[in-house]
Amino acid sequence: MGSDRRVSRRSFSRWSLAGLLLPAGACRAGVEQRGVAGTSSPPERSKVVVARDEKVRSGRSRLDEARVLDLLDRSLQALYGCDSPSEAWRRVAGLGKVIGLKVNCLAGKGASTHRVLVEAVCERLQQAGVPAKNLIVWDRLSSDLESAGFRINERGNKPRCIGNDIYGYDSELMAYGRVGSLVCNTLTRRCDAVINLPVLKDHSIAGVTIALKNFFGAIHNPNKYHLNVGDPYVADAYMLEPIRTKARLHICDAFNVQYEGGPSYLPQWSWPYNGLLVSADPVALDSIGRRIIEEKRAAEGFPSLKDQKREPTYIATAADKDHRLGIADPGRIDVVEV
Amino acid sequence: MKFAKLRLVAGAAGALWLAACGSSASGNLLPESGEAPGWMKTSDTRSYSADELWQYIDGEAERYIQAGVVRALTADYRREELEAKVDVYVMKDAAGARSLFDAEPAAGSRPAEVGDAARLFRQSLVFVKGPYLVRIIAYQETHGAPEALLALARAVEARLGE
Repeated sequence: MGSDRRVSRRSFSRWSLAGLLLPAGACRAGVEQRGVAGTSSPPERSKVVVARDEKVRSGRSRLDEARVLDLLDRSLQALYGCDSPSEAWRRVAGLGKVIGLKVNCLAGKGASTHRVLVEAVCERLQQAGVPAKNLIVWDRLSSDLESAGFRINERGNKPRCIGNDIYGYDSELMAYGRVGSLVCNTLTRRCDAVINLPVLKDHSIAGVTIALKNFFGAIHNPNKYHLNVGDPYVADAYMLEPIRTKARLHICDAFNVQYEGGPSYLPQWSWPYNGLLVSADPVALDSIGRRIIEEKRAAEGFPSLKDQKREPTYIATAADKDHRLGIADPGRIDVVEV
Repeated sequence: MKFAKLRLVAGAAGALWLAACGSSASGNLLPESGEAPGWMKTSDTRSYSADELWQYIDGEAERYIQAGVVRALTADYRREELEAKVDVYVMKDAAGARSLFDAEPAAGSRPAEVGDAARLFRQSLVFVKGPYLVRIIAYQETHGAPEALLALARAVEARLGE
């Protein structure tokens, strides 16, 4: 097991967002409430942990496994306000008996969830008591997973790793708002809870694709829902019951940020951010992630997403009275930098 | 009667056009191992029709569909430690390919002598030639990557014909 140490409190002052900056160990409330998305009484504030390590790479581009584990430990400890990482991981392990890990591998190498990160999450969950066979790494297609370096595995004493093409889609059409879709059986029938592991990316149609939109990979017809910058489709899809109730934690892979030209990998606009964004609130995470992308775009001389007519308005929609999936207002988001 | 004949002719012409697209798509727009110095083709060619393109590039497919994409082909390559992916988008016409090319930022690139127009970045290259838009992405940033990508691009260009 990793070292049980307190989160460092360095570098809080650099963050430029409007939200309050809190010491990592000082915030212990509110996280559990975020797990019940879509309820009528959302919390007043949400928390997003931003963890970075400029030395997370060993060599030119390879991620250092030990440093990734350390980033994860610090992030989870700060999110849950625990005294030790192991205590935080026990709380994550308690989210469900069978835990799904929804990755994003559509773009293949370069702009997908890193396998090193997924393996680190699996390792910590097993150390916290979850049997390996009760962990399911999944995405839209097995070929997507393989293109990002994952190996398909349906049995044995290792974590499962499967695309939706293996277990298929539920036969019952689920609907909310303008969305009507079949949801994958991995989510509806196999997992009790899901840890969402999206990538921080620009999206040429929807503005950005981060935590909320990653669940387009859970439905059979996402190609129908990119109209009007994905608004309200991204929020409506997330309201489908299995997604809304089972997605309990969001660990965004921000080791490489695609700030232009996404969702495909275009290396000329990929930024080694070397970090993670972690929250129980997908709307808050998307709001902060969008801001990071916008700030980088501005620094590199690109127009804002709004000026390009692809402002991700679905993030605000996800927070409105018809969705209540979380908090979009940066002024009500506590950004904890570790 | 005349109208029926006209429909028959039009249908046959359409079928021929589709067959032509299909045959160029299923084969051989992507170079085999050795056609570009040092480059090995490390995967089969994967092919996507316009309707299937979202399975490859998600919602970004909409942009290509609006520009008139007919088919996309992709395959993986390797040259020593350098890994790369080649995408060829077959458009209905040259204007569609050019509109996609012109819509992308050129900052950080330099022109390259391949196709009708090209942009070469440190880790990628994009060029248009007639109705084709070709994008080559390297997964590593190495000293010789731009020149290696250019060599691979020229092998693709040779496949596209005049």
